[in-house]
Amino acid sequence: MANPVLTFTQQGIFCPAGDFHIDPWRPVGRALITHGHADHARPGHGAYLATHAALPVIRHRLGDIRAEGIAYGERRRIGDAVVSFHPAGHLPGSAQVRVEVGGQVWVVSGDYKLESDGLSEPFEPVRCHAFITECTFGLPVFRWAPQAEVAAEINAWWAANAAEGRTSILGAYSLGKAQRLLSLVDPGIGSILTHGAVENTNAVLRAQGYALPDTVAVTPDTKGKDFPGALVIAPPAALGSAWARRFAGASTGFASGWMRLRGVRRRRAADRGFVISDHADWDGLHQAIRQTEAEKVFVTHGYTDIFSRWLNANDCSAQVVPTEFGTDEEDAA
Amino acid sequence: MKDFATLFTRIDQTTKTTVKTRALADFFKTANDTDKLWTIALFSGRRPKRAVTTTQLREWAAERAGLPLWLLEESYPIVGDLAETLALMLPPAEKSEDRPLTYWISELLTLQALPLEDRRARILDAWDRLEATERFLFNKLITGGFRIGISQKLMTRALAQATGQDEATLALKLMGAWTPETASFASLIEADDPQADDSRPYPFYLAYQMDGGPDPLGDPADWQAEWKWDGIRGQLILRGGGHHLWSRGEELITDRFPELARATDFLPQGTVIDGEIVTWDGTQPMPFATLQPRIGRKSVPKKLLREAPVLMLAYDLLEQDGRDLREAPLADRRAALDALLAGLPPDAPLRPSPLIAFDDWQTLTETRGEARDRHAEGVMLKRRASPYLAGRKKGDWWKWKLDPLTVDAVMIYAQQGHGRRANLFTDFTFAVRDGNDLVPFTKAYSGLTDAEFAEITRWVRKNTLQRFGPVRQVRPEHVFEIAFEGIQASPRHKSGIALRFPRMARWRHDKSVDEANTLDDLRALLAAHG
Repeated sequence: MANPVLTFTQQGIFCPAGDFHIDPWRPVGRALITHGHADHARPGHGAYLATHAALPVIRHRLGDIRAEGIAYGERRRIGDAVVSFHPAGHLPGSAQVRVEVGGQVWVVSGDYKLESDGLSEPFEPVRCHAFITECTFGLPVFRWAPQAEVAAEINAWWAANAAEGRTSILGAYSLGKAQRLLSLVDPGIGSILTHGAVENTNAVLRAQGYALPDTVAVTPDTKGKDFPGALVIAPPAALGSAWARRFAGASTGFASGWMRLRGVRRRRAADRGFVISDHADWDGLHQAIRQTEAEKVFVTHGYTDIFSRWLNANDCSAQVVPTEFGTDEEDAA
Repeated sequence: MKDFATLFTRIDQTTKTTVKTRALADFFKTANDTDKLWTIALFSGRRPKRAVTTTQLREWAAERAGLPLWLLEESYPIVGDLAETLALMLPPAEKSEDRPLTYWISELLTLQALPLEDRRARILDAWDRLEATERFLFNKLITGGFRIGISQKLMTRALAQATGQDEATLALKLMGAWTPETASFASLIEADDPQADDSRPYPFYLAYQMDGGPDPLGDPADWQAEWKWDGIRGQLILRGGGHHLWSRGEELITDRFPELARATDFLPQGTVIDGEIVTWDGTQPMPFATLQPRIGRKSVPKKLLREAPVLMLAYDLLEQDGRDLREAPLADRRAALDALLAGLPPDAPLRPSPLIAFDDWQTLTETRGEARDRHAEGVMLKRRASPYLAGRKKGDWWKWKLDPLTVDAVMIYAQQGHGRRANLFTDFTFAVRDGNDLVPFTKAYSGLTDAEFAEITRWVRKNTLQRFGPVRQVRPEHVFEIAFEGIQASPRHKSGIALRFPRMARWRHDKSVDEANTLDDLRALLAAHG
């Protein structure tokens, strides 16, 4: 690969042939954005390109930006490169970016998970020569149970609390995880309340046509006792804050892949930790890499040193690429 | 073991002590006697003898999981717990059955007599018959250190709730050198008059930390002051013709401090003394660092006995002539202690911890300022009328420590934490300035809030200069105030200095690297306090 399709620069992942960056972390002229999380969609770029499904949230978060939408699978020429976006299954609108230059195909995974969550466009493997993959959970101790099992656990916890008149507060990142949980919980158990940050995102996604159950936004006047046995979905930072005090005596839970580790569960000091992630687990990472049939793998963000060593020991040529992804990752994961 | 796994899950899923106690009390009401006894044993630091090494466990688990050993080894520090790492890596159980806790412990006890190959087969078979949580607990039984958020105190309270017995009585019954193989639930817990055990200590009475000054304590005449020594708390028991020494962690440490054997030459049987074990240079305690090598060793080489001899600075008398004195006021106990120790020759292995004379709090405050020179951490204040209670009780006993020493230092290396802090950078190396160089002198792991750890983690990710395995060299930019309790010359450290209990007291956002302390500043502290 004398002329690599993508290079790794101070600004982020760069395509010399097309003069654009993918999820750059410093301001650049043209940015292709995989999804709306803050560590991937940053402010200050000259022009943005993202999927039609991802754009509304990105606009909502970044305000007045010069941005263009693209359909999944649509091929577009930028300079000497041809790019297309493919579902990553991470959250609604999220994408992997495929870049083709002179017959060489490279794919940037962004963040992804393989299991279909029923809300996001399901992950599609893309064949390529080189695959730049995240490996947030690139250790064999990270394995996820099927979504239905975790959903049953969450509903059982909520129902048990509701039966005793207790509120259940579930901490989850306001974009992605919160909506996934909303689509998993059983609205028959009780009212569902949301923190403002979650509800703002809900409004954007509902307007796009994503199906979410009815929710009640918590306002400064909301009193916990008016909603006995309700489920409250809020960003992790809101738990234990003054905001949460209105739900006195509530049972608290967190929903994240990190909850697989008992130590992290305990640091969170929540009553329950639900192991549910929007990132690929150990097996998922392997399956994704295998399906790309890539000759070369670049791993970024996560347990990169260990994961690349493992790949190299298993006939997969891998190397570590340092990135600045991962802000608030623990909450998002 | 499903009921035990349920108990664990209930305990692990709550942060509320009352809920944990209730879960454990429920278990004590329903489990069979041997399961109860083993549960008591596990939560009081008694575990079955280890039948396989952790090295063997790692190898077998890696093999069963079809993964190389190095991958398990790399995962372990991130998970932070070997038993959990193995449980998470192993493939799901093929069959599950419900056997009581004692069954699985008996399995482990049986292993000791078997050849290695059979042990391996039995462990692999057990992993196949246990569900995720049970498997984690089974691994915990093997690897020991059964710490899952239940203190002995909490366990004792739950047992008190379940049996209707008094908590302090139970605490006394649970002390001593019993094991589930030598005791039964009936003999240990239910019997009214448990078999007399000469070695059995009294539960230690622990002081509360005093913040702010002693003014709220009222009339100084009601209080007794002593130095707060920087040694290890011990209870010396002379009964049945011999002697026993217990640490505050309720560990029998008699053999580690053979100097105290001579106490039997000077003191009558039926005596129990509470005091501080310190290394002694003939006139005063030596720094804690000299005691450290004595703590870890079960037997003591002659050289160490010569270089770091210990004695006990006695401060309370709990039993005299076989009579429990704990209800008597401290002033009376102390008078009896002084009378008992009066006239002991200078080479006796114990002497009274001197009382500090003071007429008012101002005088005491000034005397406390001398603590560091006397190799003490501060002063103790004890109400003269106080009985000797069990555990940490507020009101009558206070420790009033000196403010720590501090140095402003530059962060130069960062490493991810493990366990509770697996995905944060929490382990840092700090340096002081030396001309244009930065000389590392200490590590510190604690003292920041979760929000500060999250902030520094984000910063470290963006400001890594070099990686050395898990260690990242970071841009020298941030200054932290490092607090510590003592400073020692140390040829093993590059800076020539070792700190006692260093931690991050404050993140000095207001200071630049140029304003950090220098190696000369550290040397001055060493000269003053070393």
